[in-house]
Amino acid sequence: MELSGAKILVQSLIDEGVEYIFGYPGGAVLHLYDALYQQEDIKHILVRHEQGATHAADGYARSTGKPGVVLVTSGPGATNAVTGIATAYMDSIPMVIISGQVSLPVIGSDAFQEVDMIGITRPCVKHNFLVKDVTKLAETIKKAFYVATTGRPGPVVIDVPKDITAPHIKVPYKYPKKVTIRSYNPVVTINKGQIKKAVELLLSAQKPIIYSGGGVVLGEASKELTAFTRTLGYPITNTLMGLGAYPSTDKQNIGMLGMHGTYEANMAMHESDVIIAIGARFDDRVTGKLDLFCPYAKIIHIDIDPASISKTVRVDIPIVGEVKPVLELMMELIKESSAKPNKKALALWWQQIATWQAVDCLQFDRESPLIKPQYVIEQLYDVTKGDAYVTSDVGQHQMWAAQYYRFDKPRRWINSGGLGTMGFGLPAAIGVKLAHPDADVACVTGEASIQMCIQELSTALQYKTPIKIINLNNRYMGMVRQWQEFSYECRYSHSYMDTIPDFVKLAEAYGHVGIRIDKPEEVRPALESAFNMKDRTVFLDIMTDRTENVYPMIEAGKGHHDMKLRVALGSTTDRELA
Amino acid sequence: MRHIISILIENESGALSRVAGLFSARGYNIESLTVAITEDPSLSRMTLVTRGSEEIIEQITKQLNKLIDVVKLIDLAESFHIERELMMVKIKATGNMRDEIRSMADIFRGKIIDVTPSTYIIEMTGASEKLDAFVAAIDSDSIIEVVRSGPTGISRGEKGLHL
Repeated sequence: MELSGAKILVQSLIDEGVEYIFGYPGGAVLHLYDALYQQEDIKHILVRHEQGATHAADGYARSTGKPGVVLVTSGPGATNAVTGIATAYMDSIPMVIISGQVSLPVIGSDAFQEVDMIGITRPCVKHNFLVKDVTKLAETIKKAFYVATTGRPGPVVIDVPKDITAPHIKVPYKYPKKVTIRSYNPVVTINKGQIKKAVELLLSAQKPIIYSGGGVVLGEASKELTAFTRTLGYPITNTLMGLGAYPSTDKQNIGMLGMHGTYEANMAMHESDVIIAIGARFDDRVTGKLDLFCPYAKIIHIDIDPASISKTVRVDIPIVGEVKPVLELMMELIKESSAKPNKKALALWWQQIATWQAVDCLQFDRESPLIKPQYVIEQLYDVTKGDAYVTSDVGQHQMWAAQYYRFDKPRRWINSGGLGTMGFGLPAAIGVKLAHPDADVACVTGEASIQMCIQELSTALQYKTPIKIINLNNRYMGMVRQWQEFSYECRYSHSYMDTIPDFVKLAEAYGHVGIRIDKPEEVRPALESAFNMKDRTVFLDIMTDRTENVYPMIEAGKGHHDMKLRVALGSTTDRELA
Repeated sequence: MRHIISILIENESGALSRVAGLFSARGYNIESLTVAITEDPSLSRMTLVTRGSEEIIEQITKQLNKLIDVVKLIDLAESFHIERELMMVKIKATGNMRDEIRSMADIFRGKIIDVTPSTYIIEMTGASEKLDAFVAAIDSDSIIEVVRSGPTGISRGEKGLHL
């Protein structure tokens, strides 16, 4: 079969099993769009801005485990996609981004809409390819999917010059079933000696803790992690990226750790004698000040990426491998071992943890006449029976969603953890809804974040993706304001906007339902009616307490044992709010 | 500590910039970098001299290994190896300085490869320290130009860096 480059590209995506492609046309990809027009297998989702395409593909990928696919034109189309590519890179999300490029003979001549996409994306992709020969196109696409989805996943860019896709140049097409890359071998042999040492250390622990991260979600090892944790009876804490990999409502789960983690999780980390880190990378928001991190603990670290091991924190027993087979091997050894978890020590440890839990670090003022954002998330959890896919933007609302929506399943919590990209939530929710049309999808956001990709409301209408936008509107960039309150003596420099749009009218202008909520008693009925409107996107503009802060908090330069807790219920101190 | 990292990398456009970009993005320092094709035209060999604590060097080698284009690498400083650097020095040479510079070049086993009535070019190979010593031994006012390749190295014995 002889095909043009454009048709080869589209046929390769079909043969790869791609279901959705998120994109925006332009000059350099016109041949490709013409080929897309002439087929019906792949559904193209036309976004309103290329950043939206990348986040939507990302949401699709995070919620399904399948790679997200993006198609953008050269120049500004490509640069607009970079934020979304970097977002996926930081959270190890498999994506394939196809960017148009000017024709090969004019590359380097500052041609119209030319940008060095390979150079620009190099630091924020797992790998990138510039296609210089149409006969290598199909193989390059296969390689891109192979690299993106294996090992530690990540985004891969394929930069395709326009002349490569020219309709009149046809070459034989065959999509390879398999590719190998001699310099890339993602399958690692697990070192059984290390596993044995790890099991011995684990079973000798007096104050153990399991610290699990996004790698468990990416590695589809939720079941194994749950069995492992229950067998040992040890406390478990999850990172922001790892929420849902172990049921949040389970009694062994002592909550998220890190900057806005629970008091009990951070104290348990600090006092522990053995930590097993599973698919987590000791991010600075998790560790706090490194010199103060877990002073008494021996550390076991399981990660697919050797470069994640001992990068910031030296570990005692490194194990390179995929979480799932490593946990399976550990379980076998634990069952065979004559040693058992130290019941007496463990009972004391749980008693100790109970005293920290008694602090009730997530308390908030339930009597307030103002809408407390935490209350909104609790109600969201309740109304959706804890079973919704929840995307978020970045800031206070993100932390409240993480703290108060108790995720029991993996891939339900979709947020930009590593890069912290405002504008992520709405397009990501569209991607999630396309992948799970029958599920409830909520986007928890704030009035600042939502405005960064608000144009995608239009996409949500076109493709009938009925999502529910939970806008915690505190008329501030809340997290910035919080830091300014704590660290800059309430000098609220540019952390609020003098003009905020009427979101109800805005939602209506985009063809959706908008509801404004001013009182606590309106929250629940509004949520219920929003989720009952199965075929409509609903924008809930919820006026929350402007002064509310995210607690507890590890401030910059402090350790896990030194958390700032809420002073007293309802306390707003004298914050001289603008 | 100084480390000399030898890398086999796909001979493709952009491969060099992936390595150089990694160093600048992560704040590692590069003292020198040489790269040229190997006996297998699909592979280039890169020799990179860097400095850092054990932890930094460990991260550097791990991060380099993560680059898809990197096929294999070794840290030559970990075993017996031979290092050589090529230098060409253009020196003002007039009057009785001509003899003096020639004998200095002989002592350092350098070769005079270009002669004009007023200059010599001396070619010299060796460990970087030897080249430093030669440059220091010549009156700095008479040095017109120094060109150095940066060190390149190979491990001794049967061990080698190959596919």
